[in-house]
Amino acid sequence: MPGAILASVARGRYDAGPMTNPDAIDARGLCRRYGRRWALVDVSFRVAAGTSVMVAGRNGSGKSTLLRIVSTAIRADRGTARVLGHDIRAERETVRRRTALLSHASYLYESLTALENLAIAARFLGREARRAALLPLLAEVELAERADDAVSTFSAGMRKRLALARTLLQEGGLVLLDEPYGELDPPGFRLVDRLFGTLRARGCAVLMATHLLERGAALCDEGIVLDGGRLRWQGPARDLPSLGGLDPATLPEGR
Amino acid sequence: MTQLLAALRKEWLLQSRAFAALLAVLVFGATALLLFSFAVGPNYDLLRGNAPGFLWLALLLSSTLTLAESFQAEMEHRALEGQLLLPATATAVYYAKALANWAQLTVLGIAMVPLMVALYDATMPRPLALLGIIALGAAGLSAPGTLYAAMTQQARSRQTLLPLLLFPLVVPVLIAAVKATSLLMLGDPMGQVWSWTLLLVAFDAIHWSLCGLLFGRVVED
Repeated sequence: MPGAILASVARGRYDAGPMTNPDAIDARGLCRRYGRRWALVDVSFRVAAGTSVMVAGRNGSGKSTLLRIVSTAIRADRGTARVLGHDIRAERETVRRRTALLSHASYLYESLTALENLAIAARFLGREARRAALLPLLAEVELAERADDAVSTFSAGMRKRLALARTLLQEGGLVLLDEPYGELDPPGFRLVDRLFGTLRARGCAVLMATHLLERGAALCDEGIVLDGGRLRWQGPARDLPSLGGLDPATLPEGR
Repeated sequence: MTQLLAALRKEWLLQSRAFAALLAVLVFGATALLLFSFAVGPNYDLLRGNAPGFLWLALLLSSTLTLAESFQAEMEHRALEGQLLLPATATAVYYAKALANWAQLTVLGIAMVPLMVALYDATMPRPLALLGIIALGAAGLSAPGTLYAAMTQQARSRQTLLPLLLFPLVVPVLIAAVKATSLLMLGDPMGQVWSWTLLLVAFDAIHWSLCGLLFGRVVED
């Protein structure tokens, strides 16, 4: 079954059922507001370990907010979630150790070189930070020739590639990708597809927010659609492109 | 300790690329010293007597530029958030940043001393002791300054907000540092310099401990 994800959740209610391995994500009633506007309202879903889920939705639908809550970058105002069996509030450090987030922000220092940026992350992770250890990673994102150039000289696409390399450095059980194709050229698209495969081969669960429905559907097992901060639809990712894209009028009610 | 070393190496890298900014702050401090001397006029006794106060005022004003600048690179692409998610401990990030700010302010303070001597006709009978006071005073500015710089970095009017928050808090540092510097430069017949030094040490100890504990709450959502 391509939908190895246990996407039996609809509108905040589901049966947990017996589990041998903890889910990659088990979110219940997540809510978040910015000022007076609710960006996420009562979102519940589960992602089984080692599976991949696409998060779709129009601009401002809450995709990034959802990924940032799961990664513990921001807190949920209501609701909770367990990531790989760990509570995102009570066990934040553990969740962070086992999760990698590719955010809209690159998390890079402009004045430092590509290699130095990776070395900083590697040292915090307690990993080998020598040039020889990091160059293969830069080669993987096709930036090895620019290893010693400052990030301030990089194009937006190159920054995205470097941010991808930084994300790969974290060997967590869950990888959260927020618009990984954004700002990339067609070879960059193929690079993301390849890295996606690498992550799956590692056994990582992947939650990917993207507007590229057909591409996401080809890569992911399941999909969820957010609309106005609410979970509007979930099911096999392959069904999503045929549902009229992200037009709320054409999406069926949540299943 | 590994985290602190990682954070310190990051600070070293960032500071090594920010030499121009440090130079600009030094020029700002030197300009402030020069303007204070114009304000007092060509009265050498008055200039000499006020030299310690002017030195610390110039350092305090310069510190707001250094401190505000220290978090700009962290916020530009949410690099600080990226570190915390690795996860880097907030405490390590704070102490590395505060130490980097302390080093910058100490260098700035030391660099301003010859200018002060030249502009105010001041004497410097105990240069090593003065160096110690500058280091302690800079520590008193950098510990709370780093915390407040992190707090105000997201605010639209951070350049105004940082001094508004910081200046009232560091009044004891300013008083103790000016007094100790005056006693070192103008003579200390009653041996009072140690009591002011102790006040600086106490302020530093309290703020370096407290701000390290609070930093995590300030930078986390």
